[in-house]
Amino acid sequence: MPGESLAAIGGAMKIRVYVTLKAGVLDPQGKAIHHALEGLGFTGIRDVRAGKLIELDAEEGVADAEVEDMCRRLLANTVIENFRIERPESAA
Amino acid sequence: MNSAVIVFPGSNCDRDLAEALRLVSGKAPAMVWHRESELPGNLDLIAVPGGFSYGDYLRSGAMAAQSPVMRAVGAAAARGTPVLGICNGFQVLTEARLLPGALMRNAGIRFVCRDVGLRVENSQSAFTARYDAGEEIVLPVAHHDGNYQADEATLDRLEGEGRVALRYTGDVNGSARGIAGILNQAGNVLGMMPHPERAVEAAHGLTDGRRLFEGLLETVAQPA
Repeated sequence: MPGESLAAIGGAMKIRVYVTLKAGVLDPQGKAIHHALEGLGFTGIRDVRAGKLIELDAEEGVADAEVEDMCRRLLANTVIENFRIERPESAA
Repeated sequence: MNSAVIVFPGSNCDRDLAEALRLVSGKAPAMVWHRESELPGNLDLIAVPGGFSYGDYLRSGAMAAQSPVMRAVGAAAARGTPVLGICNGFQVLTEARLLPGALMRNAGIRFVCRDVGLRVENSQSAFTARYDAGEEIVLPVAHHDGNYQADEATLDRLEGEGRVALRYTGDVNGSARGIAGILNQAGNVLGMMPHPERAVEAAHGLTDGRRLFEGLLETVAQPA
């Protein structure tokens, strides 16, 4: 698990925010990647969805609720995207 | 007509828009930098131009939507001041939640830069007053993220309330139901992907955009 490499160092921690397109929302980028994979001869991939990983180098006191607020207000567009917040295990 | 054009770092249609407004209304708009927290008083129109605000970082329009000036734009929109968002301006207005839905990457991946056919679906708004309902016009588009998407309930509501102002006559970018421009519930905010400011004089090759500004001049300009 990534917990070890993400462990808090000097009162700071890396919070990872994964932003993905909601199910059912067409992903032209994912489709193009899929197509390119097929062009390279890779078979067996049914679908590709591309998303974003945003790493926040945060001070220890930053609360979960605050990160959620960041996601709703800026990091994700909840009309079309979902987000998932991953914290280092030590702070979970 | 007292108008203002909002300018973000990366806006690139702000001067074209200012020139179109000056040409039609006889008065140059105030150019308002994104860091301003207040707009000039007595505005008849706020225009949010096209371009690549903040380099389209994160999502097109996402950063601009959070800039200080957009709080003032939101407050003015709530008071009923007409707000026109073109291209990146449309993206900014959806990100600022002044309009529903989102503008995603074009379904064909490619940047689309050409003249497109549009049908004016609603000629009752201040923005479309000089067009006939059902009239077909031609305006240029130039965008990478113009694929309008919203959930089915939102799309049905937009259609039912006559808030689809403009629709592509052919497939341009994969937009749900061919939507090219929508109005907010009150009808004083319009977001559209095509560029009316690039079609206001003969030298542009197209002039169908001119009537959008003329309509605004007639319907929203207060006596000076």
